[in-house]
Amino acid sequence: MSYKKTFSELKKKKQKALIPFVVIGDPDYETSLRIVRTIVEAGADILELGFPFSDPIADGPIIQSADVRALESGINTDSCLRFIKEVRTFTDIPIGLLVHYNLIYQRRIDKFFEDCKGAGVTSVLAADVPIEESDLIIKAARKNNVDTVFIVSPLTEGKRLEKILKNCRGFVYIVSRLGVTGARDDLQESTLSLIKRIRTKTNLPLCVGFGISKPEHVRAVLEAGADGAIVGSAIVKIIEKNPDNKNRMLGELRSFVDNMKAATK
Amino acid sequence: MKKGYFDKYGGVYVSETLMPAVQELEKAFNKCKNDKKFNNELNNLLKNYAGRPTPLSFCERLSKKLGCKIYLKREDLAHTGAHKINNALGQALLAKYMGKKRIIAETGAGQHGVAAATAAAKLGLECEIYMGTIDIERQKPNVFRMKLLSAKVNPVSSGGRTLKDAINEALRDWTANVKTTYYLLGSVLGPHPYPEMVAHFQSIIGKETRKQILAAEGKLPNAIIACVGGGSNAIGIFRAFLKDKDVDLIGVEAGGLGIESGKHAARFADQKLGRLGILHGTMTYVLQDKFGQIYNTHSISAGLDYSAVGPEHSHLRDLKRAAYTFATDKECLEAFKLLSEEEGIIPALESAHAVAYALKLAKKMNKEDIIVINLSGRGDKDIFEAARHLGVKV
Ligand SMILES: Cc1ncc(COP(=O)(O)O)c(C=O)c1O
Repeated sequence: MSYKKTFSELKKKKQKALIPFVVIGDPDYETSLRIVRTIVEAGADILELGFPFSDPIADGPIIQSADVRALESGINTDSCLRFIKEVRTFTDIPIGLLVHYNLIYQRRIDKFFEDCKGAGVTSVLAADVPIEESDLIIKAARKNNVDTVFIVSPLTEGKRLEKILKNCRGFVYIVSRLGVTGARDDLQESTLSLIKRIRTKTNLPLCVGFGISKPEHVRAVLEAGADGAIVGSAIVKIIEKNPDNKNRMLGELRSFVDNMKAATK
Repeated sequence: MKKGYFDKYGGVYVSETLMPAVQELEKAFNKCKNDKKFNNELNNLLKNYAGRPTPLSFCERLSKKLGCKIYLKREDLAHTGAHKINNALGQALLAKYMGKKRIIAETGAGQHGVAAATAAAKLGLECEIYMGTIDIERQKPNVFRMKLLSAKVNPVSSGGRTLKDAINEALRDWTANVKTTYYLLGSVLGPHPYPEMVAHFQSIIGKETRKQILAAEGKLPNAIIACVGGGSNAIGIFRAFLKDKDVDLIGVEAGGLGIESGKHAARFADQKLGRLGILHGTMTYVLQDKFGQIYNTHSISAGLDYSAVGPEHSHLRDLKRAAYTFATDKECLEAFKLLSEEEGIIPALESAHAVAYALKLAKKMNKEDIIVINLSGRGDKDIFEAARHLGVKV
C-alpha cells in the first residue's frame, strides 16, 4: 500500500498514523519476525525498520545496542532484505527503511534500490546523508519507485528546508528535538511550533519521531498538526529488557503498541 | 571540484540534525582563517605557549649507521609532546571566536585529548573528552594528564572500544548540544570542513620544515616520511612540498600483526578489507566487510588504530603524489628502541612507524641523500605499553 492511500484511509476513519520502529534482526532473525508480526497485529499503520550498522552515529545508545544484538546474531543486508519479503507475506502496510549510507553504498546504490523494490520497501531514509549529498540516492529511488524520506529538524530553515520538502516523497520525518534517537520524558515546546511551521509549507504528511514514548506525546504531536507519530527507542527498550522471556516481551509490545495506537484515534 | 571534496573523497555525510552546526563551523573557519586578529593571536599562542617553531634535528649517529642523512622534525618538542597541539590551539581559539563555552573531543592515544584539554584550560573553556576503554587502559598517563587539566574523561565501552567508538560518542554529544558545544576533532577526518581545517592548522609543520631544511642543506630532501592514523601530521608536513615533485612523500600506516592476519589498521595496504566507503561523515578508504560493516582495527599504537584514513590522503594516493606503506607492531618496537639508543629520543609509538620505514628506505639511498621524518610525538605516554610488549617489568 502507498503512503498516500494509508494516510487517506486513516483520514476517513478520523485517525492518524502510529509508526513503530524496530531494528531488523534484534535480537535475532526469528524473534524479530515475531516482533514485527505482533506490532502489526497490535495496530501499526506503517512500519519503520532499521538495518543494523556497526557505527550508527545518528542513533542513540538504545538503538545502537539493538544494532549490536542484531549484528551479533549474524544479520546482514541480504538477510534484512529477505526479512522484508517475509514481512510482506502477512501485511501490506507501508514499510520505511532507516539505513546508514555505507550499507547502501557497498551494495551499489542502484542495486540497493532495485533490491528494496523487489523486497517491497515503500521508502528509504538514509540517516547520514543530508540533502546536499543525496543526488545519487534520489535518482536511484525514483528509478525504482521507492519513496525518499528526509529529516527536518528545528534548525532546518530557508533554502535547505525548501529543497528537502521538494525532494521528500511519502512523508516528512520531523525530528522532535535535537540530538540522536532515544526515549524521553518530555516533548519540547519547540517540537510543536516546528510542526506548525512546516505545516504551512507542504501538503505531505508530517510524521514526528525521536523521543516519543508515551500516549500523551502521541496526542500532543498529533494535536499540533502532525499526521503520524514514530516510536522507536521506547519499543526497542521493551525488546532489550526481556532477553530471556520472549512471550512476556511480545505481550508487553502488544499492549504498548495497542495503547499508543489508541492515542491516535 | 565539488565543495568539501578532494576529487571524489570527502563530503559531508552527517544527519540533518548536525548540518546547521557543520555549516556554522565552515562559515566561522572561512572567516577566521583570513582574519588578521585571529591569526596574530594564534601565532602568538603557537610561539610563546606551544614553543614553535620546533627544531629540525640532524641525527648524526643514525645517519652514519644508515648511510644517508636523516633529519627529524621535532613535533615531540611542542608543548604537550605532539603535533596535536597545533590543531587544538587553532580550533579552540576558533571555538572562542564563535562564542562556544564548551568543547568536546575524541582521543585515541590521548595526545589529542591532552592537547584539547590544554588548549581549553589556556583559553578558559569547559572540556570533555571521549575515549575508548581499551585506550584508557593502554594510555593511562595521558588519562591522568587530561584530568589534571580539568577535563572530564568519558569512557566509551561500545564497539571495539577504541578511537572509532570515541568519535561515535563525540558526534552524538555534538548532535545533542550543537548550540553550546564545539567539537574539536583531532585529525583530517570527519565531515567537511574538518579535513581542510585540520590540515590548515597543521600545515605549519611543513612550512617550518621547508625553511629549516633549505637553511641546513641548501636543498630539499629526497623523501619525507610520516605516520598516518587519520593523517594530520602527515598532511601537515606534506602540504608545503606538494609542488616539489622531486620530494617523495610517504605515509606509513599501522601494519599491526601483518596484513594477512587482518589485525591491522592499513586501509590502503589491505585491498580486500580497505575499500571506498563512508565513515564518520566522510567518503574515503575504510576497513570494512563485504556488506559495509566497519572493521575493528588493531595496532600497538592507539593513535593509528582507526578504520578510515583522511580523504585527502586517498586523493594524494590516486594522484600518485604520495605513496603509502605500513610498518608492523614488531618493526615499530624495533624502531622505538633504536631511536632511543642512537639519538636519545624516545618516539611515540605512532611516530616510530615512520622511523621504521625510514630504516628500510635508507638502504636504497646514497650518502648525500636526505630523509626527513616527521617525529609527530614523544614516547613518554608509551613507556608502560612498550615495556609490556618488550617483556620488561616497570
Ligand atoms: C604522536 C602521534 N602521532 C600520530 C598520531 C596519529 O594521528 P594523525 O595521523 O592524525 O597524525 C597520533 C594520534 O593520536 C599521535 O598521538
